[in-house]
Amino acid sequence: MGHYLTAPLRWLAQVIGIPLRGWQRMTGQGGMIALFLLPNMAIFTVFVLIPLGMNALYSTTGGVEFFLADRPYVGSEHYQRLLDCENYLQPRSCRDDMFWVAVWNTARFVIFQVGIMTLVAMITAIILNRAIPAKAFWRAVFFFPVLLSPVVVGLIWRWILQRQGLANLGMVELGLEPVNWLTDRFWAFAAAVGVSVWAHMGFYTLILLAGLQAIPRDLYEAAEMDGTPPFRTFYRITLPLLMPNLLVVLVLALIRAVQIFDEAYVLTGGGPGTSTMFMTQYIYESGFANLLRNPGLAAAASILMALVLVVLTLIQLWLSRRAGGNR
Amino acid sequence: MRWLIARRGRTGDGRGWHWTDIATWIWLIGGTIIMFGPAIWLVMSSFKTPAALAEFPPTMLPYAQQTVEIEGAEKPLYTVTLEDGTVKTMAELRRVGIVAQMVDPEAPDAEPARVNIADRTAVRDVDFATENYSEPFMRFDFFLFLRNSVFVTVMATIITLLTNSMAAFALSKYEFRGRNAVMLLIIATLMVPLSVILVPLYSVVSATGLLNSLWGVILPTVATPTGVFLLRQYMLTIPDELLDAARMDHASEWQIYWRIVLPLAAPALAVLAIFSVVWRWNDFLWPLVVLSRMELYTLQIGLNTFAGELNVQWHYILAMTVVAMIPVVVVFVFLQRFITAGIAGTGLK
Repeated sequence: MGHYLTAPLRWLAQVIGIPLRGWQRMTGQGGMIALFLLPNMAIFTVFVLIPLGMNALYSTTGGVEFFLADRPYVGSEHYQRLLDCENYLQPRSCRDDMFWVAVWNTARFVIFQVGIMTLVAMITAIILNRAIPAKAFWRAVFFFPVLLSPVVVGLIWRWILQRQGLANLGMVELGLEPVNWLTDRFWAFAAAVGVSVWAHMGFYTLILLAGLQAIPRDLYEAAEMDGTPPFRTFYRITLPLLMPNLLVVLVLALIRAVQIFDEAYVLTGGGPGTSTMFMTQYIYESGFANLLRNPGLAAAASILMALVLVVLTLIQLWLSRRAGGNR
Repeated sequence: MRWLIARRGRTGDGRGWHWTDIATWIWLIGGTIIMFGPAIWLVMSSFKTPAALAEFPPTMLPYAQQTVEIEGAEKPLYTVTLEDGTVKTMAELRRVGIVAQMVDPEAPDAEPARVNIADRTAVRDVDFATENYSEPFMRFDFFLFLRNSVFVTVMATIITLLTNSMAAFALSKYEFRGRNAVMLLIIATLMVPLSVILVPLYSVVSATGLLNSLWGVILPTVATPTGVFLLRQYMLTIPDELLDAARMDHASEWQIYWRIVLPLAAPALAVLAIFSVVWRWNDFLWPLVVLSRMELYTLQIGLNTFAGELNVQWHYILAMTVVAMIPVVVVFVFLQRFITAGIAGTGLK
């Protein structure tokens, strides 16, 4: 079966191989290296590196046009607009209040989502590391939502959390009042956090589980011989040895949470009001929504967000290098 | 139960159940319900008729009211308690206020009985409304959306595997000036999220004429640094002696790549292929920006558009959400092992 599938590819590779042999004769190994790198680097340059550089140009130009030559230079106007605040903790006192609403929503989201998710993933990893039957099955159970698309995740939960949905059936069964999960400011935000934890925790559980399994068993046996109580064993052995993985998980989760968009957007559309409006949605809407389109402003906001992400990424690289060195 | 106890908890010394064992099982079973439950609820709901969807409290199984054909029209069936206390199954002909005119389906020509609607209950039966699935494909553009999604996913995955493996081969098997610089560049952009370059990327795609084209969705996603990184790490473990032996036999560099390195890197290619399929199938923000013509929408964008309209037709949306979920569930069921090993080993994603 596999043979028949790859047969046309092999034939194609052979045909491509003929002119390439000539090219190799002309240019030697160096030419071949260039050829192997070319497709990937060309796409990478055009669609990642050039936009990265252009972002800076966009953020210093104004107008609603997308073509750079049509955009007048406005200097740091966008940055001034974004950062002009009497009190940074109060979005209403800022010139661009929407931006600061998005910033503080994102900050709150990051704190709750990463905190809750890391805790849940940690507990799950510890439980999956115990001697339980059908380990692979349980691991799969908690991993399953990771593969679902944000749209599917958002729609599933919108269906469950709507006024006449399953969640409110549960509330009624428990003798409680039904809740307007998605139209109440507090609950909509809580739902965005909860749904995001549900969708992503399995991924971090796996990383933590890999870390737990790397802890040598004889350490626990020695602790047990000494009659160490379980909680002290956890604090003295598990936690310190798991710390490198835990930190990587924390930073990776932070990087992801800062960019929250899709699930929340499908779930609540940013509402009610602006209670679940996050940074990426601000960038998307100021860049592409017809009414308040301002690509320069969007670019400036994304550069500010990128600065946060660069710091987090540097921490992550440093941590994973250290974690790698420890093994 | 013996096997549970024998393999129990921390020590397995058979002292019976420790409280942590109970907590473990509560967590596992509760977790299963929370993780799988919503998806199962979605699938069950997707087979309900619009009337059943609007019901509260909702039921697990899709029920539908039974109907009977009277004079060429489908009429709903009810169990009716008549004034003399007898219970009969009758069909409703029409309803005025709180009074329904009902008739015995066995004798449809008899004078209709007038029944208070409080004295009747609908006759319902488990019934899977498969038209939720068939109608969107026939009446709406969902077939187009599905085709676009398949095209994007397949093309993007093929190009990703090809270009990433070529670059990874060059970066792992040759010494050349600037190699470290290229690697550094790739690692540095490993974490550049799409949302950061949204605006300039849009104008690059616009300048290359790829706006409102599926290639505009595909190309920006294929040169993924994650893929190059993953494949390179794997190719480093392939011994160089194999390559040298092939060169002795006058194999060209292209043949070495194609005939030796690629087959040996198959496990890493498989992991990347699985991820690429899942990523591209699930993509949302970028297609949302690039595609503005309905006939080019991918399934995810199409779904969101339909779900965003004021009059949400949940019976179609739920069914199409299930369709959007199917490939991922298939990948999950068959390849879960590879995926989890891939993540635990590389910290990918």
